[in-house]
Amino acid sequence: MALLAVRDLSIDIAGIKPLDGIGFAVDKGEILGIVGESGSGKSLTALTVMGLLPLIGGRVARGSIRFDGTELTTLPEPDFRRLRGRRIAFITQNPMTSLDPVMRVGAQIDQVSRLHLGLDAKAAQARSIALMERLRLPSAATVYHHYPHQLSGGMKQRIVIAMALAADPDLIIADEPTTALDVTIQAQIVQLLVELVRDRGVALILITHDMGVVAQACDRVVVLYAGRVAESHGVQAIFAAPRHPYTQALIRCIPRDGMAPGSLAGIPGSVPSVANYPAGCRFHPRCDRAGAPCAATVPPLEHLPSGAEVACHFAETREVANA
Amino acid sequence: MLSYALRRLLLLVPVFFAISAIVFLIIHLVPGDPLDSLARIGSSPEQKQAIAARYGLDKPLLEQYFLWLGRLLQGDLGTAIVLRRPVADLVAQSLPYSLALGGLALLFSSVFGILAGLVAAIYKETRIDQGIMAGILFGSTLPSFWLGLLLILIFAVQLGWFPVSGARNWTALVLPVLTIGLGGTALVARVTRTAMLETAQKDFVLLLHAKGLPALRIQLRHVLRHALMPVVTILGLRIGWILGGAVTVEFVFARPGLGTLLIRGLNQHDYPVVQACLLMLAMAVMLGTLIGDLAQAAMDPRVRSALQ
Repeated sequence: MALLAVRDLSIDIAGIKPLDGIGFAVDKGEILGIVGESGSGKSLTALTVMGLLPLIGGRVARGSIRFDGTELTTLPEPDFRRLRGRRIAFITQNPMTSLDPVMRVGAQIDQVSRLHLGLDAKAAQARSIALMERLRLPSAATVYHHYPHQLSGGMKQRIVIAMALAADPDLIIADEPTTALDVTIQAQIVQLLVELVRDRGVALILITHDMGVVAQACDRVVVLYAGRVAESHGVQAIFAAPRHPYTQALIRCIPRDGMAPGSLAGIPGSVPSVANYPAGCRFHPRCDRAGAPCAATVPPLEHLPSGAEVACHFAETREVANA
Repeated sequence: MLSYALRRLLLLVPVFFAISAIVFLIIHLVPGDPLDSLARIGSSPEQKQAIAARYGLDKPLLEQYFLWLGRLLQGDLGTAIVLRRPVADLVAQSLPYSLALGGLALLFSSVFGILAGLVAAIYKETRIDQGIMAGILFGSTLPSFWLGLLLILIFAVQLGWFPVSGARNWTALVLPVLTIGLGGTALVARVTRTAMLETAQKDFVLLLHAKGLPALRIQLRHVLRHALMPVVTILGLRIGWILGGAVTVEFVFARPGLGTLLIRGLNQHDYPVVQACLLMLAMAVMLGTLIGDLAQAAMDPRVRSALQ
């Protein structure tokens, strides 16, 4: 039984359905990557699992989210609130804007342990500073008293991560945690997250559009396209033998050593907006392998013996077990 | 912070001189002159000349200005031409009435404006929000002199709860404070609501929710705190505005005050009185803006850093 199991999840925001029957699972000590371009529904997936969909006027239309035996889709808000920050923590996309600019960063970390663990001010401060040191923030005791604008992007993201860790959660959802950071800092932050998972045995959902980050950090990958699962599999298998044309295209987008200049591939076109999803397979207008059934019939998500899942009428059939 | 406050105060010095020149000259744009009210009808040109000489009105304008400014810097506002009393006394007599009225009106609009904006933002897009916003729209479109007359008609004439006019005791303050305060309440409420709704969209508020903080605590401790920053700036600007805006309201309620003194001075072409009143109002605007900016810096560490 996985720690978090999402099944056949659809959401509704003001009459449109940006997520349509997605599913995935993640267990303790495991890193699940959720990949896709902007507009594929990655961030909405995070909001939905956090139970924060009502903030943007959305609701779960169908499906189930089970967290450690509790069904979250029907959980009353007061109970959900006690879960949030305590057992399920969130790391947002943009550390520049994710901290309250008029509150000292230390106090923002303290909030979590004081609220959920009932620590007093002194104990919370000691815990926050220890966490900051753990996250290799230089001179943590000083930085504790700083305001967000006095910190660099990488430092701010470490504060956000410290906030996420403050109540010892079981599951961390990180929504593009490195996108807004310098490349050099990106690798450090990803490395830090991987270490945390390995040391503390938490489950991590790492949302990213960067297949390079997936290759570096994740155990399993779910590829989302336009609100549906295109493919999911173990990370080694998916890189060795991607089945879905979209996954293949994403992998071709990773720059490699020794590439000829100008040979880096892109995917022509862009993800359709939720109001203009095409019929049939939503990827078919951009797909180089699209045939007759693609525009008419939605490809079902097939579960293969290797553990892979793929939704394509013309999926690559070569079997590769996840090494 | 302290050095910033001192620097801002120093900056007011050149502004003060510019304002003093405008205040001194502007009255000379009004047709007519004080000699008409001072000299008896049928006075000879020689008699008028003598009166003008007594008040220094025969000298060139520039010289008059520097004489006035020189005395002003020594704290001497001059002598009222028509009322024949030191202007400083007249101002000192009127100022407390204006400050009480303006201060209470400002307090009224801050408290009720912020409260109304807060409630409207928390209950956004519900009946409660719509009701408050409709009231605000209504309140902000009423001209204060008309609202004043309406309040007098209902609460003073019909119900007899408050005096129609004057300033004998605190009950006489209620209707004028309401008259000035309601317009400000509408403005403050609208700014508070808009700023709160805008702040609620920010990433950091989403993260506060993700941390599991109760929604009401997020609204009060974080969202409202941010929304108050533009509100404080506006309240600072209104300090000056309310003293100036009190002019018509003091008139409607026949209250003593800076406004009443100013209108009397204008009618009688009493230059020193008008100049002193305008100077007071201009300084209130200057100080109000300064207080607003200082409060802004006190509330926002980013502003403080930018100042260093």
